[in-house]
Amino acid sequence: MNSLILRTVAPFLTALMLLFSVFVLLRGHNEPGGGFIGGLIAASALAIYGIANGVSAVRKALWFHPMSISAFGLFLACVAGFLSMAFAVPFMTGLWVYPVVLGVEVALSTVMLFDIGVYLVVVGAIISIALAMEGREGEGP
Amino acid sequence: MMSTFLVFCLPFLGALVAPALTRRLGHNAAWPLALVPFGIFLHFLGFNAEIARGEVVTGGYAWVPAYNVSFSWLIDGLSLAFLSLISGIGTLIVLYAGGYLKGHPHQGRFFSFILIFMGAMLGLVASDSFLMLFVFWELTSIASFLLIGFDHEREAARRAALQALVVTSGGGLFLLAGLLILWNVTDVTQLSLLLSYGEEVRASPFYLAIFFLILGGAFTKSAQFPFHFWLPNAMEAPTPVSAYLHSATMVKAGVYLLMRLNPVLGGTPAWETVLPALGGLTLLVGGVLAIRQTDLKLMLAYTTVASLGLLVLLTGFGTEKALAAAALYLVAHSLFKGALFMVAGILDHEAGSRDVTRLAGLRRAMPVTFAAAVLAALSMSGLPPFFGFLAKEEVYAALSGGSLRALAFTAAAVVGNGLMIAVAFAVALKPFLGPVVMAPGSRHEAENLHEAPLLLWFGPLALAVKGLAIGIFAGFTHAVLTSPLASAIAGKPETVSASAVPHVGAALVLSLVTLAFGVLVYLGLARARAAAGRLVEDIGWGPDRGFDQAMRGLLAFSVAVTRFVQPGRMGVYMTATFLAIALALLLPPALYGEWPDLPLWPAGVPFHELAIMALALLGVGAVLAANNRLTAILALGIQGFCVAVIFLLFGAPDLAFTQFMVETLSVVILTLVMTRLKLTPRDHRPFGRKIADAAVAIACGLGFSLYLLKVVQGRFDTALTDFFNLYARTIAHGSNVVNVIIVDFRGTDTLGEIAVVMITGLAILSLIRIRKGRAAAGAEREANP
Repeated sequence: MNSLILRTVAPFLTALMLLFSVFVLLRGHNEPGGGFIGGLIAASALAIYGIANGVSAVRKALWFHPMSISAFGLFLACVAGFLSMAFAVPFMTGLWVYPVVLGVEVALSTVMLFDIGVYLVVVGAIISIALAMEGREGEGP
Repeated sequence: MMSTFLVFCLPFLGALVAPALTRRLGHNAAWPLALVPFGIFLHFLGFNAEIARGEVVTGGYAWVPAYNVSFSWLIDGLSLAFLSLISGIGTLIVLYAGGYLKGHPHQGRFFSFILIFMGAMLGLVASDSFLMLFVFWELTSIASFLLIGFDHEREAARRAALQALVVTSGGGLFLLAGLLILWNVTDVTQLSLLLSYGEEVRASPFYLAIFFLILGGAFTKSAQFPFHFWLPNAMEAPTPVSAYLHSATMVKAGVYLLMRLNPVLGGTPAWETVLPALGGLTLLVGGVLAIRQTDLKLMLAYTTVASLGLLVLLTGFGTEKALAAAALYLVAHSLFKGALFMVAGILDHEAGSRDVTRLAGLRRAMPVTFAAAVLAALSMSGLPPFFGFLAKEEVYAALSGGSLRALAFTAAAVVGNGLMIAVAFAVALKPFLGPVVMAPGSRHEAENLHEAPLLLWFGPLALAVKGLAIGIFAGFTHAVLTSPLASAIAGKPETVSASAVPHVGAALVLSLVTLAFGVLVYLGLARARAAAGRLVEDIGWGPDRGFDQAMRGLLAFSVAVTRFVQPGRMGVYMTATFLAIALALLLPPALYGEWPDLPLWPAGVPFHELAIMALALLGVGAVLAANNRLTAILALGIQGFCVAVIFLLFGAPDLAFTQFMVETLSVVILTLVMTRLKLTPRDHRPFGRKIADAAVAIACGLGFSLYLLKVVQGRFDTALTDFFNLYARTIAHGSNVVNVIIVDFRGTDTLGEIAVVMITGLAILSLIRIRKGRAAAGAEREANP
């Protein structure tokens, strides 16, 4: 889309939305949000960037192929499930640790790892479809 | 117990290392690999004393205790005889394959397949649990498929492999059904326990169903008429396979099953009519078809069909003598037929032909092979003191009797055996006697023709000599092998006492008649062959051709179904899908009269809620009124956002959140799809079509509305809500119940769902890629016509 305003605003808007998507992802355990919604927000952020600046700009910004991001997400989710094996508890049992970082107790868990996996799968899958659709002939999908 | 379990795993481990070993050692890998079956043979030899005392060895592990499924084995006389044959002949076959496929680029793969088959077959005959029996049964079919199709570059081999797989594994499904009914009737899942339920099974109303289903499994596997056609076609396999699977072991699995179940299913009129009748028919058909062939392997293959028929006949005949005869014949046949197949392979390998009319005079060049062939053929012909003689005497002693039934079967046996004698002589004598005739295009010149290497002749000679030895030491053989075997088949102690010394009686007379008939046919073989050929040609149609017709029919049917279900028009798919949804939603309440009560208009709806609903309706109206597809998509977005707001107003922020995002993205993606697909911007459906589509759409909408109304009017069970509200915080450390359910309580579901999301992404990506590729190719064609 050839709009100067959109092109100028898009990077900021995208950055803001991506930040917000991570925020939504992390707060999901206690407040409305979570990996799925966060992933959708991130996907729409990248879609906006793509509409404004073209497909190749998004690809360059992403560095990895979107499908690899999706696959990595699935991998993380599986790791989160299989970690329970090391502790001799059933598959996908949530495991929690509470390390203290700079005086603040931070709750880390396999559940969070799993949610990050969901986030990445959703972003990667939707963005790879959107980019492939948007891309013109000659540009690789 | 552990050691026996390991023994069952051993062939599969051998299969794993065989390719690497063959890469390193070449064909000499046969020597170390032959240690696998040989070790197994020695292990089971250790059971002989126990089994000979009439004991039964069982063992195993619980597998799925909840369903009473175990990995357990049962070793009695019957199993042990098979186990010894499989591992003993297996040892020789591995060595033989080392020589036969020397230098073949895929020899390692071949060893691997053979060992997999051996493991499957050992498991099959030792299985105590039904499920294990079935799994190994199908595994032998799969191994056989791989081995028949070993030469996969030839179409005939591929066809034969597929045919064998379809017939035998299809029969396996019958077996499974039969076993499941047996399980239901008796409530046991183990063969060793089943034996005491014989009367219940025979009295059960399901007896005939069980009988015919089990028969379906056994007859396909053991190539009984009319399923015999796959076995001769399986001769496309390399000769070691024909000798091992398709004569000595796998094809006997069906006979094994019948023998195993004889104490349970046997003794009924159905058993004693169907088995001998079809077995006898198979015996005659196999004999006649064998005479007709000139290819050594095909001749032997058809006699194998005939022998299997004889075994089925004996198993079903219903007397103790007949079972003892079956036991003897089973062992004898495995030995002499395995040896003869290997001889045929040697001839093919060294002299370059398997055609019995083009081979002669090889006795000087190949004396050892000749000796093996003659010894095996004499056993096959049932001459004393070979083991085959004992078997044949016992067969005639069992069958002969005053009744018409006995007379008929005796006649069938005499004719069938006579034909087999003729074939045995033809295979063992024709290629070796007379002046030297070389097949054109053979690998060696006449003077260079020489004896096969040790790896090749060792197997057939060992088997042939064994057939002689166990005949001479018949007393010992009966004590350790055949008596326990016959006892296991009969289900009660039996003593086999046939001796290698001829004694005057009806059986001996019948033997002499058979021999005379066989020699007569052998002398007039060319004429007999022509006559048999004419007979087959006059009939014209056979089950082999029937198989092709059935396969073609199946193919045509599936093509027709695919054409009907997938016409390739998006509009048809959409209409069918939504029609199905509408029917699924509307039909059940219509049939059961379960319509929801019409809701009352709620009082005091706040203004903003009404406004949102009005906006949603406006959005829908805009979709209908839009004269441009892009406008319609955007208008659909209005309705979607309104729904999201409604979610938000009614306390489902997560849902609303997701709805917002999904709505946004679907508008974006739909727009992209529209621009990509280069559709006409307007909708050009004819008016009638529009009306029909509208009807489907309205039916769907109505269906969903009524369905939701009905759901809301039902009593809401809060057990799950209470559970999640209670434990989300305490167990899963989260206060957002929705998210906790998604990532923790039902995390495994989510794992599956995200996998689907990823795979869908991949699928869409590749579809787009295909389109792009086509577009690029099209552009190229336009550029350079």
